[in-house]
Amino acid sequence: MTEAIHTTNLNAWYGKTHALKNIDMTVENNKITAIIGPSGCGKSTFIRCLNRMNDLIDGFSTEGEILIRGKDIKDTDPVALRKKIGMVFQKPNPFPKSIYENIAYGPRIHGINKRELDSIVESSLKKAALWNEVKDRLNDNAMELSGGQQQRLCIARALAVGPEIILFDEPCSALDPISASKIEDLMIDLKEKYTIVIVTHNMQQAARVSDSTAFFLMGEMIEFGDTKQIFKKPREKSTEDYITGRFG
Amino acid sequence: MDRLRIQRGHIPYLSEFFHSIKLDRLRMQRIRELAIEKALFLCALVSVLTTIGIVLVLIFETLSFFEEVPILEFLTGTTWAPTYRPQHFGVLPLINGTIMIAAGAAVIAIPLGIASSVYLSEYASAKVRQTVKPVLEILAGIPTVVYGYFAISFITPLIREFIPDANIFNAASASIVVGIMILPMVSSLSEDAMRSVPRSLREGAYALGSTRFDVSTKIVVPAALSGILASFVLAISRAVGETMAVTLAAGATPKMTLNFFESIQTMTAYIVQVSLGDTPHGSIEYQTIFAVGMVLFIMTLLMNIVSMWIKERYREVYS
Ligand SMILES: Nc1ncnc2c1ncn2[C@@H]1O[C@H](COP(=O)(O)OP(=O)(O)OP(=O)(O)O)[C@@H](O)[C@H]1O
Ligand SMILES: [Mg+2]
Repeated sequence: MTEAIHTTNLNAWYGKTHALKNIDMTVENNKITAIIGPSGCGKSTFIRCLNRMNDLIDGFSTEGEILIRGKDIKDTDPVALRKKIGMVFQKPNPFPKSIYENIAYGPRIHGINKRELDSIVESSLKKAALWNEVKDRLNDNAMELSGGQQQRLCIARALAVGPEIILFDEPCSALDPISASKIEDLMIDLKEKYTIVIVTHNMQQAARVSDSTAFFLMGEMIEFGDTKQIFKKPREKSTEDYITGRFG
Repeated sequence: MDRLRIQRGHIPYLSEFFHSIKLDRLRMQRIRELAIEKALFLCALVSVLTTIGIVLVLIFETLSFFEEVPILEFLTGTTWAPTYRPQHFGVLPLINGTIMIAAGAAVIAIPLGIASSVYLSEYASAKVRQTVKPVLEILAGIPTVVYGYFAISFITPLIREFIPDANIFNAASASIVVGIMILPMVSSLSEDAMRSVPRSLREGAYALGSTRFDVSTKIVVPAALSGILASFVLAISRAVGETMAVTLAAGATPKMTLNFFESIQTMTAYIVQVSLGDTPHGSIEYQTIFAVGMVLFIMTLLMNIVSMWIKERYREVYS
């Protein structure tokens, strides 16, 4: 199966606010799918539906179907679902613990044996291209890292529980350009093993890293297709306006 | 024309008039601000001076007490009988009683307080929290004498139901009621500390597949630890200072014991007893209350310092 995620007629509400309207979308395995669109159009809402993060919000409700690897997420325990679908947030949010503990937290709650932790911590940090910078200070507090390092730590933390899909919600918007490009490179490396969905406000970033792009506007998915096509020859006028920056 | 001229003639006058009103208003405002500032300063001064006065009285009376009673006898003696002959001035039984009550209360209030604050902060819906929190705060405002009556009319009979040998005045009943009394403080302050842990940390943990329990115990409680520990210390220092309920429930028997079903006496209960009794002012018996008060003062002061130190020491810097 090549489909990692498939949504059909997905609608979402915060109380009475209709945040997502009839989203039909397919995310393919081992691809990077970018979601772009103006602020408030529902990008975060969409990816937070995928790992049922929004279930934690009072008054949030959805209709429609979300299949992850062919299985309806409504039939999956949210805890198990989130183990399978990692998430990296806009603002780096390391726990106020040591670097080691940040990575070890996830495997530990999933019952991984203590003896395996060291190697998981090392391999996760290596995958997130952070190992060389922190290997001598694993017991330092994670809050002492720079913003970019913190964000890579959060990526390593997500990798440590062995997800299949990783959701990135504007992972670079709080970072300097060099840290941002490190994370972009990292994402391209990661797609070999993981399926990635990234929300971004940065058109160049979407064009550089993603294979497919979806354009959202006011809760609707206006256009979805191959990234090259979207950026070179958008079918919809509003997509073109947004990409070329002519949009409000 | 004439009328017009008159009106015109009025205009500068009017504007001057308004201008001066404006100035007056500004001046008034400044005076008012100054008055408010001075008044507030005076209030602050009064409370600071009162505190200094109290501490000075405490020190002088304590010093003159120690001119008659050796400090070593006071601090190490195990019999407290200042009003009987032969007189004994060993404060340890009172300290023992105080610690028993505080420890007993802590054993009740800390686990329940933590559990209820975790529930309120992490499990309860906004609606439940918004109803329960004010109720907790009201509970904290009930006069302590009411708790005292609750202890002797409900808790003590209940205890004696199970342990018929228990004295009608006993430390267990007092501990339980003080525990109930400080419980709202622990849970309310701890809940505040937990609520101030940023949402982003919780989301980060949930996104890794944490259960609510994982998030509460492994992320939120550790991140809020300083505030939680500080709430314990504050609550215990409140238990140490608690007077009315303890006097009513635990009686007035200074005793070196660890038996919770006997009557004991705490420092505060002793102070009340002497203050209300017919002990002549200025006598050595009367001065004991200042020495005991000094011990109490130092104990609570230390605990408040510890609580501040904990807050600083364990402050987890998030974000
Ligand atoms: N917790 C919430 N409660 C109520 N409404 C919300 C909540 N979160 C988002 N919304 C609303 O849902 C709509 C979509 O928000 P969403 O956060 O998905 O936008 P976004 O595309 O991610 O925007 P941005 O680019 O600014 O992050 C907005 O109208 C927003 O006001
Ligand atoms: Mg967003």
